[in-house]
Amino acid sequence: MSIVQNFEVFVPKLIEKREFFSPGHRACQGCGEVVALRLVLKALGENAIISNATGCMEIISSAYPHTAWMHPYIHVAFENTAAVASGVEAALKALRRKGKISDRYVKSVGVAGDGGTADIGLQALSGAVERGHDMIFVCLDNEAYMNTGIQRSSQTPFMASTTTSPAGKVIPGQRTEKKNMPEIMVAHRALYVATACPSYPIDLINKVKKAKNTAGPSYLHILSVCPTGWRSPSNETMKLGRLAVETGIFPLYEVEKGKYRITWEVGKRRPVEDYLKIQGRFRHLTPEHIKQIQEKVDREYELLLNKVKYSKSWA
Amino acid sequence: MEQKKWPETWREVTPGCIVFTPGSASTYKTGSWRAQKPVWDNSKCIKCGICYIFCPEACIHEDKNGYFYADLDYCKGCGICAHECWPQAIKMMEEEV
Repeated sequence: MSIVQNFEVFVPKLIEKREFFSPGHRACQGCGEVVALRLVLKALGENAIISNATGCMEIISSAYPHTAWMHPYIHVAFENTAAVASGVEAALKALRRKGKISDRYVKSVGVAGDGGTADIGLQALSGAVERGHDMIFVCLDNEAYMNTGIQRSSQTPFMASTTTSPAGKVIPGQRTEKKNMPEIMVAHRALYVATACPSYPIDLINKVKKAKNTAGPSYLHILSVCPTGWRSPSNETMKLGRLAVETGIFPLYEVEKGKYRITWEVGKRRPVEDYLKIQGRFRHLTPEHIKQIQEKVDREYELLLNKVKYSKSWA
Repeated sequence: MEQKKWPETWREVTPGCIVFTPGSASTYKTGSWRAQKPVWDNSKCIKCGICYIFCPEACIHEDKNGYFYADLDYCKGCGICAHECWPQAIKMMEEEV
């Protein structure tokens, strides 16, 4: 432990130097999800076992004779990531009790995309969090089923155009709103729930470390920009993540035992137009549509501020 | 257990398709995907490390003087480092054939 780590000094150069996700993986150019995953693994350190759902991160990292992972890694189906992660945790506990493995503390981590978390894997995740396993579940949310070719999921934002919710003359893209996953996890009484974005790397690393030190279920929802599916330039990945936070579309907050706290204060929010106009999936929007989205974002942000103001810790 | 780069027959496929070498994806070079390459101007570099932290490939490394360079075997040329660099020390240059 160097002296610098005792203070809240955030210098990018001082984060973990070891890489736990090797280069040579097959992600698209400018993938925000890989940056998020890389930072999560750096924050976790070596004592972790990863259960990874099918999805972009599995496809790009483990094409058969190769793997990009340095951790013990198991690829599981879409629907049972959280079930396998909880099983890993229970097995570690049993083996440790019987004295078959060393006493070292190893965290079980489930990694899934938004489809593997919010759509297909929701019931397994619900069960795992309800049983109170000591695990982290990381949702890398790129807002559609990107690896099969941009199909809508329940995390696709309002009025985004995807291949299964195409924008036409009558219907402007996705007709439903983004499902509030962190809220569902708070309702499950997960001990630590947080939203993060790789555009704010130190914030993300701190949240993962906090989740790692929580003895109980914790859930991280990470917005990861997908240049391919969002139809945006590959070099503006980090800028888009920042705009999502600054416009209030994806506020960064954490919920510790029911107590909400905004971790990245945005003084005056930017208009959502700044975020929407550089993405091809929102290209079809008219000023009325943008006004509609702005109203929804304002309403959601107001609700979040109310929660921050009135929520109480249950512990 | 030593693994070949690709299994030649089905008999060489490991049971359960287990991969025994961690991080073996680095034997696969993705540098050929690139159309532009990042070039550092070390006179402008403030050694902050923001290019290192935002690189999706994990291919930017620090040299012994504290400056950064990209491993062009793996760099896919996305341009995040050049876009995020505050002092604009990184430029994307066309790849020469």
